[in-house]
Amino acid sequence: MELWYTENHTPNVRFSIKVEKQLVSVESQFQRIDVFESYEFGKILVIDGYLMLTEKDEFIYHEMLTHVPMAVNPDIKNVLVIGAGDGGTIRELTRYQSIEKIDMAEIDKLVVDVCREYIPQTASKLDDPRVNIYYEDGLKFVRGKQDEYDLIIVDSTDPFGPGEDLFTKEFYGNCYKALKEGGILVNQHESPYYPHNAMAMQKAHKRIKSIFPVSMIYQAHIPTYPSGHWLFGFASKGLDPILDLKEERWNSLGIKTRYYNTQLHRGCFAIPNYVKELLENA
Amino acid sequence: MDQTSAPIYEALEKLRRDRVVHFDVPGHKGGRGNKELLQFLGEKCLKADVNSMKPLDNLNHPVSVIKDAQNLAAEAFGAKSCFFIVNGTTAAVQAMIMSACKAGEKIIMPRNVHRSAINALIISGAVPVYVNPGINKRLGIALGMSVSDVEEAIRQNPDAKAVFVNNPTYYGICSSLQRIVEIAHRHNMLVLVDEAHGTHFYFGEDMPVSAMKAGADMAAVSMHKTGGSLTQSSILLCGENVNSDYVRQIIGLMQTTSPSYLLLASLDIARKNLSLHGAEIFRRAVELSQYARNEINKLGGYYAFSTEIIDNDTVYDFDLTKLSINTRDIGLTGIEVYDILRDEYGIQVEFGDLGNILAVISTGDRPMEIERLVSALYEIKRLYSREPVGMFDLNYINPDVVYTPRQAFYSNKKTVPIKDSKGEISGEFVMAYPPGIPILAPGERITEEIIEYIIYAKKKGCLLMGTQDIKVENINVVEG
Repeated sequence: MELWYTENHTPNVRFSIKVEKQLVSVESQFQRIDVFESYEFGKILVIDGYLMLTEKDEFIYHEMLTHVPMAVNPDIKNVLVIGAGDGGTIRELTRYQSIEKIDMAEIDKLVVDVCREYIPQTASKLDDPRVNIYYEDGLKFVRGKQDEYDLIIVDSTDPFGPGEDLFTKEFYGNCYKALKEGGILVNQHESPYYPHNAMAMQKAHKRIKSIFPVSMIYQAHIPTYPSGHWLFGFASKGLDPILDLKEERWNSLGIKTRYYNTQLHRGCFAIPNYVKELLENA
Repeated sequence: MDQTSAPIYEALEKLRRDRVVHFDVPGHKGGRGNKELLQFLGEKCLKADVNSMKPLDNLNHPVSVIKDAQNLAAEAFGAKSCFFIVNGTTAAVQAMIMSACKAGEKIIMPRNVHRSAINALIISGAVPVYVNPGINKRLGIALGMSVSDVEEAIRQNPDAKAVFVNNPTYYGICSSLQRIVEIAHRHNMLVLVDEAHGTHFYFGEDMPVSAMKAGADMAAVSMHKTGGSLTQSSILLCGENVNSDYVRQIIGLMQTTSPSYLLLASLDIARKNLSLHGAEIFRRAVELSQYARNEINKLGGYYAFSTEIIDNDTVYDFDLTKLSINTRDIGLTGIEVYDILRDEYGIQVEFGDLGNILAVISTGDRPMEIERLVSALYEIKRLYSREPVGMFDLNYINPDVVYTPRQAFYSNKKTVPIKDSKGEISGEFVMAYPPGIPILAPGERITEEIIEYIIYAKKKGCLLMGTQDIKVENINVVEG
């Protein structure tokens, strides 16, 4: 008997991982949550049939979402993370002693509960005393805040389903308001390759650009995400991700990473021509 | 048979299972003849798009499944009889008025009726007696009819055949329907109720009183607006005092003889759903609407009004599912906020007028969309608000009715620019759509105030219509 988990990356392209067993399958009021044990990628978290993370390659995504903004402004003290129920983003942030407060707004408590039980690799730092978890819609949470955060990280699912409102203009506008002077917004920015992902990424970029004076895109290679080519958004009220990079200071912190380094930081903002074109035509 | 059945739906399912071969219309034959349409709407949908036949009954002469479905609906709505309508609530309103009044007979109505009611006057030749609906100046909206104004109109027009009431208005405002029914019945007048926005009154808890419960004689109910059926499907309810066989003949004068079974089945299934789950569905809608109102009122600059406007006179009750939001204090007209919401934030609300926007909250809404609306309103205030100067003050313009709508509509007319039309008698409608309440109806004298209003509404981006001139720059007036 063979068990395979399959995600349709497009109606005509499939991505499959051979599964050893299913560890849990639960339905929350928002979505279906599954965890599988796989041979190649360790445990994998799947929401509504879409792969969210695997133990083998989650470091790439979580390091790129956190260390890029932290190296631009190592003085960041107050952080808001939206989504991130698996805890991976929080784990990376807690490595900075200088961060004083991490608020996390995750709509679905069941995702957190499942990850705490089955994927401690990412959920291990959710009990750090600096972390405050709010089980609330991200948009609702952020619209109640003003001048409060140095960094907002949007670690969302895709722009359909419960994460849909985290790709809207009203969401980005309310993030702008919740950020302090000099604040940074980093978000999961979909992929440029397959047309439906690319369209979501264009829309998100257009909306962020209309609100933030600095709005740039950087990339990483994540083997288990559609096309493997994934983008992130870096928007700020003034800081430039390359000109303002605090290379020496970040390296002096001695944070050991597996994907990120400050040389890669400079390079990841160099994007392919076809992606540039998509962004220009957004 | 009880409320868990849906006879039309069940008959359609049976027909599909029987794999009947069709040598009848429609010619697309289950979609085989129109591949692109089939792909767009799906096979299930096109296979249900069939014509009247014996197992499916006939809308204009119902004896089996349509009759059963209409009886179930009558039971669910507490009516003596019920008619399924496929030409929109417009047709239901027209059937009510034409059943109650013949040419030359009077009908008492508020001036803020939907155009369909005045259209019915053009077709039937009935004569309107307008009652001034109150105006809330702060909000710039027309309200309901006060009982004393209705009483006075009845006293002055004892020969009137019917009183026409909106329950509720587009903005959710109700008149004292029970008192109006009492008084009208005492004077042998029928009470006809436009419940285009009131389907939920029959199924929700703690709602304003419904027409049938209040003892009204007929009601036009837009099942498609808040009841979950397909667009254009509607029902007409009749009470004890009405000869429903005559009503059926009147409906048959204008209703299609090829009614869509998609619409009929949607009425059937929506009725079943409301009967079984309506209380829960509308409890949820009220909860969402109340939550949105509280959050929006916390933003400042917006006023999402509610039961505090009740004055037991022109506002006898308020429909809590309606989310009407006054935008005046941020210096923007409702129509401007309506446009920004759609163009910049991808949020479509029901309508914007000069002072308000209206969001419809119903069976299909979820908290996420409410959060988006609230957040977008905050952003609009942050980015677009200005000093509220030069805003238009709405006044009730008491119409000077010179001719009946029918006389004016069919008279000899000439075309003049609207800006130069002062003193003329209008031969056609001018209205903003939505909400579709005429600013001018045929037969009314055009005043300076009306011209100013039309020009202002146009400048602010209201979609004006009704005139033959598609640009609404010229108007046909009655030749003197």
